[in-house]
Amino acid sequence: MVDTHSTSVLPVPVLLGKAGKGFRGTIVAVGAGVGPSDLEDAEYSDELERRLLEIGFVEGAEIEILHEGLIGGDPIAIRVDDMNVALRRREANAILVRAYPVRPSGKAQG
Amino acid sequence: MSSWPSDAFRFALVGNPNCGKTALFNMLTGKRQKVANYPGVTVESKRGRLITPSGRKMVAIDLPGTYSLRGRSPDEAVTRNAILGKLADESPMDLIICIADATNLRLSLRLVLELKLTGMPVILALNMVDIATKRGIEIDMNRLSERLGIPVIPTIAVDKGGTAELLAAIDNAAAGGHLSSTPTWHEQSADEVRATHLLVNQMIEDCVTIPAGNDVWTRRIDNVLLHPVWGLLVLLLVLFLIFQAVFSWSAPAMNVIKDGFDLAGDYVKSNFPEGMLSSLIADGIIAGVGSVIVFLPQILVLFFFIILLEDFGYMARAAFLMDRIIGGVGLHGRSFFPLLSSFACAIPGIMATRVIDNRRQRLATIMIAPLMTCSARIPVYTLIIAAFVPNTHVFGFVNLQGIVMFGLYAAGIISAFLVAWAFRLFVWSGKSEPFIMELPSYKRPSLRSVGINVLQRAFVFLQRAGTTILSMMILIWFLATVPGAPEGATEPAIHYSFAGMIGHALLPLLAPIGFNWQIAVALIPGMAAREVAVGALATVYALGNDEASLGSTIATHWSLGTALALLAWYVFAPQCASTLSVVRRETNSWQWPLAMFIYLTALAYLAAWIVFHTTLLFT
Repeated sequence: MVDTHSTSVLPVPVLLGKAGKGFRGTIVAVGAGVGPSDLEDAEYSDELERRLLEIGFVEGAEIEILHEGLIGGDPIAIRVDDMNVALRRREANAILVRAYPVRPSGKAQG
Repeated sequence: MSSWPSDAFRFALVGNPNCGKTALFNMLTGKRQKVANYPGVTVESKRGRLITPSGRKMVAIDLPGTYSLRGRSPDEAVTRNAILGKLADESPMDLIICIADATNLRLSLRLVLELKLTGMPVILALNMVDIATKRGIEIDMNRLSERLGIPVIPTIAVDKGGTAELLAAIDNAAAGGHLSSTPTWHEQSADEVRATHLLVNQMIEDCVTIPAGNDVWTRRIDNVLLHPVWGLLVLLLVLFLIFQAVFSWSAPAMNVIKDGFDLAGDYVKSNFPEGMLSSLIADGIIAGVGSVIVFLPQILVLFFFIILLEDFGYMARAAFLMDRIIGGVGLHGRSFFPLLSSFACAIPGIMATRVIDNRRQRLATIMIAPLMTCSARIPVYTLIIAAFVPNTHVFGFVNLQGIVMFGLYAAGIISAFLVAWAFRLFVWSGKSEPFIMELPSYKRPSLRSVGINVLQRAFVFLQRAGTTILSMMILIWFLATVPGAPEGATEPAIHYSFAGMIGHALLPLLAPIGFNWQIAVALIPGMAAREVAVGALATVYALGNDEASLGSTIATHWSLGTALALLAWYVFAPQCASTLSVVRRETNSWQWPLAMFIYLTALAYLAAWIVFHTTLLFT
């Protein structure tokens, strides 16, 4: 969980639902206030936030998008710390993530 | 449970889904288990008895897997209420055993911390420590135990490892080794969940060493099984193999069961004085229940594969691959296997919907399950197709009869999707549910545990067949038999029965879709199970048991329009009392089976009408 990349410039956070296969990074924020507001009512987003947290999507967790579905790249299979979770991109948009800073060699660090 | 004292020490097994909880439960209690449903909810409770080394008689309760005590789905609510002692019909627990997958500790430890808030004594069983060790994961048990303030016992459920130590810890708890504390549990807010995660991270950093990329096998297997193209191909292959097995492996056993029931029926008929009693036993009970039990081999083979794949970890992958394909109409990726099971029989399919944790998606799946062409329709389809569709080839190689059969299956699937979509639009008014599902790491299934679970499924199915289904069969027999034929009757007896009267009364309604009174009458006993309609038609046409000549009889008596209309009718017709009774049981209401009956009948009528009148235009 220790950030060893503080020397590099931090990339701009993105919504997990918009990230592509192979994306690696850490979670910056989960739930309310993250992502598009079309995520229906407050009750739904509160429920979603708690369910995401309960299954391990918590600020600071390391994530990697491992696989995508055939149609529209949806759903996505994500490694969250030591476990794998499947999620629709719609729900993944409630999670804000920051990619690992790119080293001069061009290799992402994990 | 009779020999166990009612005040026996009771402990609950709690854990995340996929932590090997059921395997551990099987290891502790062996075959001394009982499956029951909690009253009012369709959540199964498994309980088993055991005697500890010190001679204490105990009851172990296997609670549904959960990530928290929030009680979101019916399963989770049962777990929460059982732990908090709020469940009617369930005495409070004396101890909680929290089972954690040692290879995936984080979420389990969060659950342990939440469980501790209930004030109950908790023991942590670290399951699958062998796999963790193999992957280079080192866990400092003593330190973890110290940090959590509860005993931590390593176990290997599939190999019975750690049983003695776990039992000793349970014994120690029963002897008052560690006492309960003041309960401070309340539903955890999002920020409390975050705080607990931070605490768990600290604990893991202090007590556990996890090498990076330790689970290479799951990753490698997933590279194929979750691949958008290869993954779907493998899924198709798996489905093909399961279907081959369901239909070919079970055929000999089904024949034995069918012959057995036929023999029993004949025995009763030849040894009992002819009359109502002999008819009730032979035609009502034995033939009726036999027509459902005959599907038991298919159900066993099907559940064997479903449970095996679930324990291996594949089911979540199948749900992942299918989610987008069936999710567009409001179903869950997990709806896929219940629907698939329904191609054998809707009953196990509907029973298998319990894996869908969302109520709306589960109900939608239950409602469309009967649209999957079950094997009981095959005798009806083959009878009509063989009699009316010429056995020729189109384009030189495609069999016309095969096309019609395929078309009937496809019609069922397509209308199932349309119905699910309409459900989402009109009944749930467009609400969709989050799809968040753990993809557990692949594990070697324990054949013993799979075997125990398959037998339990079989037992539950037989229990249904023996209770609700039996009473339905007796009712249908009554309708088809009483009153008997008058003296000097010219028509078969069924003609004069209540079923005959109902059939004749329905004729004005059914004539517009091309049905004659013989079909109308046969539909009534066909409620027992769809394939019974074939036998009933033979009876109505006074062919006795000579079902072989039935094809040529209907070929001369029915128009093509009538035959095709009946095929269309059977794609939808709710002609299965057993399915309706299982739906009542699973939804715990009459509203859903009633809605199912009405919508399926309406669709069947509409489809038959369209087919009948379209055929009239062309013939």
